[in-house]
Amino acid sequence: MTKRAFVQLCLLPLAVVVTAFFVIPMARLVLIGASGSQGIGAYAAILLEPRYRETLLNTIILAAATTVATLLVATISGLFLQRHRFPSRALLVAMLTLPLAFPGVVVGFLIILLAGRQGLIGEITSALFGTKEVFAYSIEGLFLGYLYFSIPRVILTIMAAAEKLDMSLEEAARALGAGPWAVHRDIILPALMPALIASGAIAFATAMGAFGTAFTLATDIDVLPMLIYTEFTLSANVATAAALSIGLGLVTWAILALARSYGGNAAAASG
Amino acid sequence: MRERAIFAAQLLFTLLVAGFLIIPALLSILAGVTANYFRGIRSGLTLQWVLQVWQLYDDTIFRSLLIAISALAVTLLVGIPAAYGLHLRGDRLSRAVEEIITLPLAIPGLAIALALLLTYGGFGSFRGSWLFILAGHVVFTLPFMVRSVMAVFATTDIRSLDETASSLGASPWRRFLDVIVPNVRPGILAGSLAVVTLSLGEFNLTWMLSTPLTKTLPVGLADSYASMRLEVASAYTLVFFVMIIPLLVAMQIFSGSRSGPMGARR
Amino acid sequence: MTGVALRIETCGKTFADATRALEPVTLTIAPGETVVLLGPSGCGKTTLLRIIAGLETPDRGGRIVFNDKDVTHVPIERRNVGMVFQSYALFPNMNVAENIGYGLKIRSVNASERKKRIAELIALTGIEGLEHRRVDQLSGGQRQRVALARAVAVQPSVLLLDEPLTALDAALREKLRGELDRLLRALGITTIYVTHDQSEAMALGDRIVVMRKGAIAQVGTPRDIYFAPENRFVAEFVGAANIIEAVCEGGALVLPGGALPLANGTLDGPAFAMIRPEAIKLVAAGGARLHGRVDSVSFVGDRQRASVGGAAGKPILVDVPNTMAVSVGDKIGLSVEPGAIRLLPGDPT
Repeated sequence: MTKRAFVQLCLLPLAVVVTAFFVIPMARLVLIGASGSQGIGAYAAILLEPRYRETLLNTIILAAATTVATLLVATISGLFLQRHRFPSRALLVAMLTLPLAFPGVVVGFLIILLAGRQGLIGEITSALFGTKEVFAYSIEGLFLGYLYFSIPRVILTIMAAAEKLDMSLEEAARALGAGPWAVHRDIILPALMPALIASGAIAFATAMGAFGTAFTLATDIDVLPMLIYTEFTLSANVATAAALSIGLGLVTWAILALARSYGGNAAAASG
Repeated sequence: MRERAIFAAQLLFTLLVAGFLIIPALLSILAGVTANYFRGIRSGLTLQWVLQVWQLYDDTIFRSLLIAISALAVTLLVGIPAAYGLHLRGDRLSRAVEEIITLPLAIPGLAIALALLLTYGGFGSFRGSWLFILAGHVVFTLPFMVRSVMAVFATTDIRSLDETASSLGASPWRRFLDVIVPNVRPGILAGSLAVVTLSLGEFNLTWMLSTPLTKTLPVGLADSYASMRLEVASAYTLVFFVMIIPLLVAMQIFSGSRSGPMGARR
Repeated sequence: MTGVALRIETCGKTFADATRALEPVTLTIAPGETVVLLGPSGCGKTTLLRIIAGLETPDRGGRIVFNDKDVTHVPIERRNVGMVFQSYALFPNMNVAENIGYGLKIRSVNASERKKRIAELIALTGIEGLEHRRVDQLSGGQRQRVALARAVAVQPSVLLLDEPLTALDAALREKLRGELDRLLRALGITTIYVTHDQSEAMALGDRIVVMRKGAIAQVGTPRDIYFAPENRFVAEFVGAANIIEAVCEGGALVLPGGALPLANGTLDGPAFAMIRPEAIKLVAAGGARLHGRVDSVSFVGDRQRASVGGAAGKPILVDVPNTMAVSVGDKIGLSVEPGAIRLLPGDPT
């Protein structure tokens, strides 16, 4: 067998699997999205129909809020952990990154244990103030859940980037008289920017497509993945569900592609 | 003095964040072995909930393991040769193919599940079997295997090794087994850990692809969260943790301080 | 072991993106001969080596012949060639002995025979005691020896070496060059050796093929190449050379500072002359045929190198014995043996 033939043979199984279970289904999804009573207009309806538009807006706001909060938390803690060595630091890092691959459903349940009807926060507030704080099933609970699964990954990315920072830049700035704030503003944050953009985009895209958490919390506010789910299963509105899925996929893909053009290959995320 | 204050404030903040991540997990573990969570720990510790989970949901546990191992087998068989082929070709077409196989990471699982359902939903026996879920898991985990292996290819001079082996008389197939596979073992290991971990925890795709007869562990979890008492749901979560945490720890040890190519579905 | 005669017939290479890496090259190599492909990076030497190896196919019309057998379309794994790469490409998953024995294993040589051959090669390359080392525990020189032992273990028809010493530091390079030379002569395998280092080429090659921009600039023994370069590129690439633009007239090279007698006095007209710095002697100004002034002089240990102005159209480099007193500004004479002046074709480069 020639080398060329062998290389082709190596790629054959991939071609079969990806074509059969990804390319063809996605192509069908695009077609079905345009097959409803509105035809291709189903895609426009995502923006024109008030209910869909509002859900889209909700989802984007929630995802954006999650991203900003995660970046803030992860930058403070990530920089701190990268720059100081103290006993049990490794344990702290492990605690912060362990939930890396907890599925969204589990995260939802953990939020219920934290802020649900039998939750820890409710217990504490009722003991302290006599009123039981329960917010797991509201948008705050959803936000907390999204924060929960975004923090580990973003912290990892920021710690990796902080490790590669050129200390001599910082020392040069300090030699020129820059104080801690100026050093952070002028040297450290600009140097971390690619990592912030890349990991922020992943956090945003992940939050946009998150389904498990919202599903478990069964929140009263609609997010896009939940809308797709209910359109498909409850309303049997297949064309709309397909169109919404394609729309959502395009948004997350575009965000990640954009981030990759900034931050290199750090982007590996999912919905 | 000021430095110490800043250090203390940052440490406190980081501890709070760690608490936010770890306390709920600990609560869930505790709830899973507490006789009555509402009354708290004084009601006594018990394994009755874990046993009940075993009776109710043991099939989901085995099915999840079956699917994870099958997904690993398929991604190994498909992914390693594919990574090799893509690396050797290295042309524009292979970059396009790489882009396509990475798409399932960017597209929400719900969309992929919907696409699979709309395409193969009519094939009754396939749709109703665990193989349907496997198809979804393979599409979702394959990029992790391919990319892990390709990352190792990128840092080793695999082309010279391959050419040397060929000059010594080894056929392509022989070279693949003797030289290529042994030298990308770290990538294969990292990819395998990712595939198994992600498959075990996969929910978004699986929820749509499963039937009442083909529930996986995360699907069962969602089911128990909605319909079971808190202690049972917690015990079930505990079982899940027991399965997934060793894998996550292995992954952390393995990847050291660098951030791996991990991503997960929510 | 007797070597294989190698014939390269009109082998050119155009890559898929239409870049021409190699103009059609024809070359015959005798059994057991060591031929060095020498040239700057991008000159096509590695492409030619890869075509001989079977890692690239030549453009249409090209043929590679081993002992009258056309191997052009025989894939590398059946060509029976030994290869050593610049990076050595030792298999990290195998120890030293397994690396050396890999080609024998592929040829289904039985274990005891294999062990014997490995031991021979270990002794031959002087790496006793390293048999069970992992390859990442080897020094650069040891790696190079393992790579060489592995390549010759299969008794290849042709041994192909691609810059095998370039990754090493200067002192080690010189030592291994000597070892390699002895080994190649002892083995008698037809060898193609690619390098950009002219002293390596001189030390190892029975013949040197100087390449430039995908074509052969000159083929010859090291002495031919050094003393009788056929063009300006070879003259300047190999060793230091003064290339002087001058006029031949009445059996002499006429220069602004005088004239130098030529061995072949029949030529007349403008010409390029090459004179090596060590072929020029600094003499007293009185009675000399060519005069100049020392512009600069630098002491480099085993000799001094002076730059002499005013003699030719541009400064002339002269090697001066390290004990001779010479200072900037000295008015001096220059003398050159007529046989040391080489007239080159008038092409601009």
